[in-house]
Amino acid sequence: MNGILRSVIEVDNLTKYYGELRAVDHISFEVKEGKIFGFLGPNGAGKTTTVRMLTGVIIPDEGTAQIMGYDILKEPIKAKEVMGIVPEASNAYVDFSAWSNLMLIGQLYGVPKKEREHRADELLKKFGLHERRNEKVKSFSRGMKQRLIICMALINNPQLLFLDEPTTALDVQSARIIRDMLLELNKDGVTIFLTTHNMEEANLLCDEVAIINQGKIAAIDSPERLRTKIGKLNAVEVSFTSPPNMKKLSEIPSVREIKKFGDKVRLYTNNPGEVITHIVDYTKENNSQITTLQTLAPTLEDIFVMLTEEKEVN
Amino acid sequence: MILSKEYITQIRRALVLAKKDMRLYYFKGPVIIFGVLIPLFLFLAFSIGRSIPINSSVSGLLAMTLFFTATAVSPVIIPWETTMRTLERLVSTPITLSTIILGNIIASFIFALIISAVPIIVGVLMGATIANPIILIVGVIIAALCFSSIGILLSTPPSSMPSTIMMLASLLKFPLIFISGIFIPVEQMPGWGQAIAVFSPLTYFTDLARHATQGVGYFPVIMDIGILLALTAVFLYASIKLHKRNLSKRL
Repeated sequence: MNGILRSVIEVDNLTKYYGELRAVDHISFEVKEGKIFGFLGPNGAGKTTTVRMLTGVIIPDEGTAQIMGYDILKEPIKAKEVMGIVPEASNAYVDFSAWSNLMLIGQLYGVPKKEREHRADELLKKFGLHERRNEKVKSFSRGMKQRLIICMALINNPQLLFLDEPTTALDVQSARIIRDMLLELNKDGVTIFLTTHNMEEANLLCDEVAIINQGKIAAIDSPERLRTKIGKLNAVEVSFTSPPNMKKLSEIPSVREIKKFGDKVRLYTNNPGEVITHIVDYTKENNSQITTLQTLAPTLEDIFVMLTEEKEVN
Repeated sequence: MILSKEYITQIRRALVLAKKDMRLYYFKGPVIIFGVLIPLFLFLAFSIGRSIPINSSVSGLLAMTLFFTATAVSPVIIPWETTMRTLERLVSTPITLSTIILGNIIASFIFALIISAVPIIVGVLMGATIANPIILIVGVIIAALCFSSIGILLSTPPSSMPSTIMMLASLLKFPLIFISGIFIPVEQMPGWGQAIAVFSPLTYFTDLARHATQGVGYFPVIMDIGILLALTAVFLYASIKLHKRNLSKRL
């Protein structure tokens, strides 16, 4: 993991039209080897269309994408052979057993029989499905089906894994198993491209996130850097021993906005340090004392809402 | 050399898909029974009470069985897989859309070959004779391929509703059996009937089946085979083009 990491996904000006609608609008980004890359966006933002273009399911109208060095337009079969995919609208064959589904996908990836069987055995054990491997998938719960679909995506031992909303509508336990498995896979060196609605999930898992809105990339960085970059969402939250004088507090220089939440006052600012100094001065002038004080950085969800709402207003 | 290796890989994967289709969709009790019964009942409905020689019966029944079985399941597999959300799974594996189509055709072809053996065996047991077994074998193979391609072509509208496709397929299939020389040989049809009959692919197989069982036909054997092969190529080409065009509308 030392030295310069190579890019396993390189996207350049990727564009897709559906009639008049520009579903994905000239997006460019890179995903480095060994990272978990989160692709976030509201419904209809272009997440699934992007994943489908990157995985060779649909053909872009403009632009290119290199997947592990293979051009997805010129060498789609080679590119698909080195990746694993958990599509959004995907299902296993419900009239086949878990084992038959894995064998089928393994054969389509050209995995030799012995290796296929060994790997299927290993994956089913890892994902807690081994005991029910010979049962038809129609008897599986939604969480079990999704775990099987992930096993199917891993049968070719890919170094790059695409997952489109893998935990949507799953019970807490299944979602947690999947998240833990993704972290484990990543620890073993698998690069993960994850689209999700779940900000907490993105925050927990991702080294880097891209926020897409109306087909365009609105922001791209690590969750932490995004939080510090979007300064206008920083705040100081304080409570006092006596009722706060909202007018005086709002007059503190560099306070952009002030809101009251119960007995706490939240002061939005680009400069939390300066605001804290003024709060101390305020307590002296008003014979009050600070009960609690904390600085608040924006959550990924705050940033997501801000970026996607801004675009909608524009 | 590299190119041919890639083609071999894709053909191998098409066989995997064909095996999957056979297990999932074809070799089910009701499908097999209906594959045999529907053509049989249709044939009986139109032949009972008329003194049709056994050899004519076999050629007509064979043509109908082959046509119905090759176009019975193939039109609905892709719409069904769209509904069941397994199509995107397949499209994202390292296979081309042509490989998926080829897999569908191979499954339909094998099913049609197996089921079409039933009227031949029953006919022979009832005293029918095969005047030219080579024409019979070649004809059945080419026609099974041609009719399976029609089945795939019928699945191209980007509907995810198998029932819509079934209705569309029936609208095409039933009229074809009446204009293809199955019940009335082409030479006995009126002029307008003959003019329509030349547009039906089934006409050329019915004619081949008559050559094989009765030793007579309306068109030369080579013409029947040539037209069936040409139509197979056209249907396959059109299927691949239309499926490629409609794929993003399906997903």
